[in-house]
Amino acid sequence: MNPIRKNRLILAGVIVVGVGIAAALALVALSENINLFYSPSQVVAGEAPRDHTFRLGGLVEEGSVSRDPDSLVVQFGVTDGAESMIIYHRGILPDLFREGQGIVAQGRIGDDGRFMADEVLAKHDENYMPPEVEHALETARSLGVTDQKTER
Amino acid sequence: MVPELGHFALILALVLAMVQGVVPLAGAATGRTHWMAVARPAAWGQFFFLALAYAGLTYAFVTNDFSVTYAAQNSNSQLPLIYRISAVWGGHEGSLLLWVAMMGLWTVAVGLFSRRLPVAMVARVIGVMGLVSSGFLLFMLLTSNPFDRIWPAPMDGRDLNPLLQDPGLVIHPPMLYMGYVGFSVAFAFAVAALLGGRLDAAWARWSRPWTTIAWAFLTLGIALGSWWAYYELGWGGWWFWDPVENASFIPWLVGIALMHSLAVSEKRGAFKSWTVLLAIFAFALSLLGTFLVRSGVLTSVHAFANDPARGVFILMLLGAVVGGSLLIYALRAPAVKSTGRFSLFSRETLLLGNNVLLAVAAGTILLGTLYPLVLDSLGVGKISVGPPYFNAVFVPLMIPLIFAMGIGPLTRWKRDRVNRLLPVLSVVLIVSAILGALLPWWLYGEVPAMAAVGAALSFWVLLTVLLDVHHRTRNAESTVAGLRKLTLSFWGMNLAHLGVAAAVLGVTFSTYFGEERDLRMAPGDSVEVAGLAFNFEGVDQRRGPNYVANTGVVRVTDGDRQVALMETEKRVYNVQGMPMTEAGIDAGLTRDLYVAMGEQLDDSGAWALRIYHKPFVRWIWLGGLLMALGGLLAASDRRYRLGRHGISERGENA
Repeated sequence: MNPIRKNRLILAGVIVVGVGIAAALALVALSENINLFYSPSQVVAGEAPRDHTFRLGGLVEEGSVSRDPDSLVVQFGVTDGAESMIIYHRGILPDLFREGQGIVAQGRIGDDGRFMADEVLAKHDENYMPPEVEHALETARSLGVTDQKTER
Repeated sequence: MVPELGHFALILALVLAMVQGVVPLAGAATGRTHWMAVARPAAWGQFFFLALAYAGLTYAFVTNDFSVTYAAQNSNSQLPLIYRISAVWGGHEGSLLLWVAMMGLWTVAVGLFSRRLPVAMVARVIGVMGLVSSGFLLFMLLTSNPFDRIWPAPMDGRDLNPLLQDPGLVIHPPMLYMGYVGFSVAFAFAVAALLGGRLDAAWARWSRPWTTIAWAFLTLGIALGSWWAYYELGWGGWWFWDPVENASFIPWLVGIALMHSLAVSEKRGAFKSWTVLLAIFAFALSLLGTFLVRSGVLTSVHAFANDPARGVFILMLLGAVVGGSLLIYALRAPAVKSTGRFSLFSRETLLLGNNVLLAVAAGTILLGTLYPLVLDSLGVGKISVGPPYFNAVFVPLMIPLIFAMGIGPLTRWKRDRVNRLLPVLSVVLIVSAILGALLPWWLYGEVPAMAAVGAALSFWVLLTVLLDVHHRTRNAESTVAGLRKLTLSFWGMNLAHLGVAAAVLGVTFSTYFGEERDLRMAPGDSVEVAGLAFNFEGVDQRRGPNYVANTGVVRVTDGDRQVALMETEKRVYNVQGMPMTEAGIDAGLTRDLYVAMGEQLDDSGAWALRIYHKPFVRWIWLGGLLMALGGLLAASDRRYRLGRHGISERGENA
């Protein structure tokens, strides 16, 4: 084999192997870091994973926010109109968090069965509804839940 | 009256853009010189009418003309003048107008600075840019006209989103757009070269300064956005791997690959087809970025407005640009011969490594960004991909890239011997590793492995840059004379590389040695963070031009010495009733102190507070600034301004 071909072959081989490894690592990392979204109804029905973080979203229930007097622990209920879930969080809630607002929380269900959120997301626009939450509300609505107090 | 004139100017701009897109290209294809000569006047005219339209929209904002729907949605009579001017690009329609106006500006610049280029080449470049511009103007006029009226006109506007009422946000979008749009020049040059069948060293040399300037603007835009997020979102992060951040980061990475690949194409005539492909993708990804931000398909902090019809149109535009240019590429590229041969250890090989690593990095980020969208559109489920994914794939790719960055500039083109560099580089590597371990130990008394790796990489880049300067000046009669002989492009490259070193150090140290405490504090409470005492002195009420604020005061002391008196605010804006946090920051070269208010917890005056100590965080943006400056320096090198027969890099005086 002439040296130019040989060089090219080595280069091409290194690139193919390198990109292959990178792609494999990326896919592994991707599969480990995907967070599925669940509505309160789905979580109550037991569809959410017990051993993995996921996203839970809905409207914050009126009058459900309560704080621990000595720490930053806060709890509040989210609903999709059909079912509701209590979310626990230690930390500072975002500026736009308020009752009646659509939020998405990311966290996991602990051994005590409580959903502990690492992160609570509310969007930076008054009129903005997270698409996941909107979808969850619509699903609950289409399943025959009529007593809604949701407003957009 | 003025809005109608603006609308009319926009229509005239579209007509001229179409003329600019069609006539010169047809002229170049058929060899008609007077058709090709249409390119420049059409570009001037298009820009003139775009500027007129832009001025018209600005006038509507400045005079509080809320009969213009777009102004009513994004401005308010209480808004300070400077924000009324910047509110022009605070929403979808106006930012598109800014996009197109900048495209016009870039086209005019190409027309002005390409006097020495062959007429047919210029005609093709300006023609391609005219076609892109036509697409965008059509998009604006059909789906998002900023001059639409509303009747009856509201008494006052809905105000600019308070998040955007900030000096950083006044300049962030224009910089970002200058970068996005600037890649259209590299794209136009590539397509023009394919059409004309001359992908040669001259083509690469013409493209280089444009690409570098566009990339420098993009760098500034991204750095400004990151800085803004740090002080304005109120939780002290500087990068979130948010889809919209990724949308600007992916073209930025591809832009780096393109700049380096263009260097090989110019100097050695190799990688040509690949360079063309990169130029197409850099611009296509910029368009994708615009699409992702503006269509509302993303769940993100930036997704202010949603309109699927717009998304579909941009997607079609994207399809036309990518499909069309790839078709031309498929037809013409087989004829392109890459001539430069190189051996296994050479600068070409290292730059090839640079391109592969950057392309893989861009690809993996693209995968993580689009994957949730693809799954969602297939109806499989709603998912999100978290920052751990991006960190896990990006960091391992950057380590070899930065390592290669130290070696690349020292190696020779075509063929080099490992033995020539191995002795000195192994010494540099060992010294970097030792310094990288010593610095964190000396500053913070501990050495996490990744922190040492990050610091060592920064030292590695710094030392190899110094070595390169030394290599290039050691044969001169004196060091000063030697330094003066070095070209601007040499300084630019090294400045940009030092910028990477600074950013890496900033990222590493702020990540590994930062301290973050979220706490409940009542007035008079004190807490110790990073050896400093933070005393919460209470909250006052204050009134701004269009908001009311609770201002919290935190006094920071080190023993008896006062280090800083910091104010942080929780504002509520009158019109939208939207709360906003203003962080209090005591900035420093080696550390930032960061205080931000959460919410009031009870009636006794206790508040939730964030108290952060962020070492070296400023170096991240300093690094971005150095990179951009380096890019601008390199692009202003004399040899780009010379005629077709430029002189070699080494043989000229600065």
